[in-house]
Amino acid sequence: MSLGNFLQRAMSRWMRDGGPQDDIILTSRIRIARNIQDIPFPILQTQGHANQVLDTVRRAIAQPAFTRLGQFEMVRMSDMPLLDRQVLMEKHLISKELVDKPRHGAVVLRDDEVVSIMVNEEDHLRIQVIMPGLRLKEAWQLADQIDDALETEIPYAFHERYGYLTACPTNVGTGIRASVMMHLPALVLSGQINRILTAISQVGLTVRGLYGEGTESAGNLFQVSNQVTLGESEEEIIANLMSVVQQLIDHERQARRMLLSENRDALEDRICRSFGILAYARRMDSKETLERLSDVRLGIDLGIIKGVSAGILKELMIMTQPAFLQKYFNQELSPAERDVRRAALIRERLRMDNTEVR
Amino acid sequence: MLCQNCHERPATVHFTKIVNGEKSEYRLCEQCARERGDIFAKAVNSFGFNHLLGGLLNFESSPGFTAPAGKGLRCDVCGMTYQQFTQVGQFGCPSCYEHFAPRLEPLLRRIQSAVQHTGKVPARTGSHVKLRKDLERLRKELQQCVANEQFERAAEIRDQIRALEQQLGQ
Ligand SMILES: [Zn+2]
Ligand SMILES: [Zn+2]
Repeated sequence: MSLGNFLQRAMSRWMRDGGPQDDIILTSRIRIARNIQDIPFPILQTQGHANQVLDTVRRAIAQPAFTRLGQFEMVRMSDMPLLDRQVLMEKHLISKELVDKPRHGAVVLRDDEVVSIMVNEEDHLRIQVIMPGLRLKEAWQLADQIDDALETEIPYAFHERYGYLTACPTNVGTGIRASVMMHLPALVLSGQINRILTAISQVGLTVRGLYGEGTESAGNLFQVSNQVTLGESEEEIIANLMSVVQQLIDHERQARRMLLSENRDALEDRICRSFGILAYARRMDSKETLERLSDVRLGIDLGIIKGVSAGILKELMIMTQPAFLQKYFNQELSPAERDVRRAALIRERLRMDNTEVR
Repeated sequence: MLCQNCHERPATVHFTKIVNGEKSEYRLCEQCARERGDIFAKAVNSFGFNHLLGGLLNFESSPGFTAPAGKGLRCDVCGMTYQQFTQVGQFGCPSCYEHFAPRLEPLLRRIQSAVQHTGKVPARTGSHVKLRKDLERLRKELQQCVANEQFERAAEIRDQIRALEQQLGQ
C-alpha cells in the first residue's frame, strides 16, 4: 500500500483536517466521565458488574436516539491485538490504562474517530470528542448530544449536590475535562514559557507537555485543560479555558513576530537545518523527530518553508510513534529498526509534497 | 486526578521514573513533588490495588504518609473504607459519596471550586432525583399534618404524593 493510501485509511479526522487557529491549536478535546447507578466503579468491579456495564452500553448504542448520531462500532479491548490497542492510544482515542489492562475494557468508536467512548476504564464511561483546531464549543455540543442519547437508556449515577458521580473526586460534578493541544514554539524559544505556564496553573488550569516528562515538552506541544469540575457549569469551564487559550495564542503570535524581526537569521537557520535533517537523515528517534517537526511547522507558519502541508506536524507526530510505525511497515520492529524506518517514512512523506525552502 | 502521595490536592506534576528498565509514571501535587525524594520512592511501592484486595493496610508504617483521618467511615454498599479511599484515590461505588460525605466536603472544598454542582442535569435520572426529594419532603409533611390533626391539608398532600408516585413509576 502506498503511504498516501495508508494515510487516508489510518488517520482520524482530527489528524487530517484543519480548523480555526490551527497554526497554534492542533486539537480541541472534550471528555466527560459518566457512571451507571448501583454498579461499583471499575476499581471494585467483578466480571459480573463489568458485563452489566458492557451490556448496558451495547443496548444504549443500538437505539435510534444514538444511531442517528453516526456510524459506531464497539470493540472489546481483549478482542484487540496489543499493537492495535497501542495505535488507538497513539491516536489519542483510548488511554494507556486500557492498553495495559484490557480486562473488561471496550471502546465505542465513530467511523471518523471524532467520537470515542471508553468503557470500564477508571469510570464506566468516558465520552470523548476530539476535533481539529480551536473548536471547544462545537466539541462540547457533540459530547452533550452523545451523552443525552446514552442517557435515554443508561441510568446515570447522579447526585443533586455533587452532580455526576465519578470514581475520582477530581472529576465529580460535571465530569468534564476540556483541553486543547497547543504548539508554542516561539514562547519556548524566547524563554517565556515557564513564566506563562506558572501563571496558567494559578487560574485553575493544568498544563502538561504532551510528550516527555513533567512540564518539559518534546516538540513544544502543550496540553492545557481545566482542573476544576465541580461548582462551575460546563459553559463556564469552557469559556474560562477559551479566554486563557486566546491569550496564549496572542502571546505566541507576538513572540513569533518578535523572533522574526529580531532573530531572523538564527530562526531561519534553525528551521532550515531541521528541514534538511528530516529530509535526509537515515535514523531518527522519537524525540528528535518531534523537535525537528516543530521547527518545520513553525517554518511553514512563518512562510519560510513553502509547499509542505501544514498538517505535517500532526500527521507525522502520530505516524512516527512506535505502534503506528509497526502497523505501517506491518512487522515488529526493535527500537533501533524503528529509528531507521521512522527516518524513511518521514523522507517519503516529505516527498509527497512539492517542497520549496526559501 | 488526585496527588498519588497526599491524596489531598490535585496532581499537577507528572513524571516518569525508570528503574531497571521498568517505567512508572507518577502524578503528584506541586508540594509533594518538591518534597519527593527517596521517601516517596519507598512509599509509592506500597500503593496499589493489590494492597486493597489483600487488606494489607499497613501504610501507616510506610514513610511519606500522614496518619489517616476519617477512620471508621465505611461505605456499606461496596465495603470500601475511607482509609482505603485515601490509599487508592478512587471511590468504590457511587454510594461512597453519601457515606463519606462528612470527610468528603472538606476534600472537595480543597480540590474543587465549590461543593454544589451547577452544571448539566441528566434529563431522566436528574428528574427522578428531584421527584424523590419532593416525595420525601411531602411524606414528612403528611406525617406532621396527621399528628396535628390537619386532615384537610393531609388529604391534599396525599393526592400530591400519589401523583408523584405515579410519575416515578413510569
Ligand atoms: Zn500531594
Ligand atoms: Zn461504596
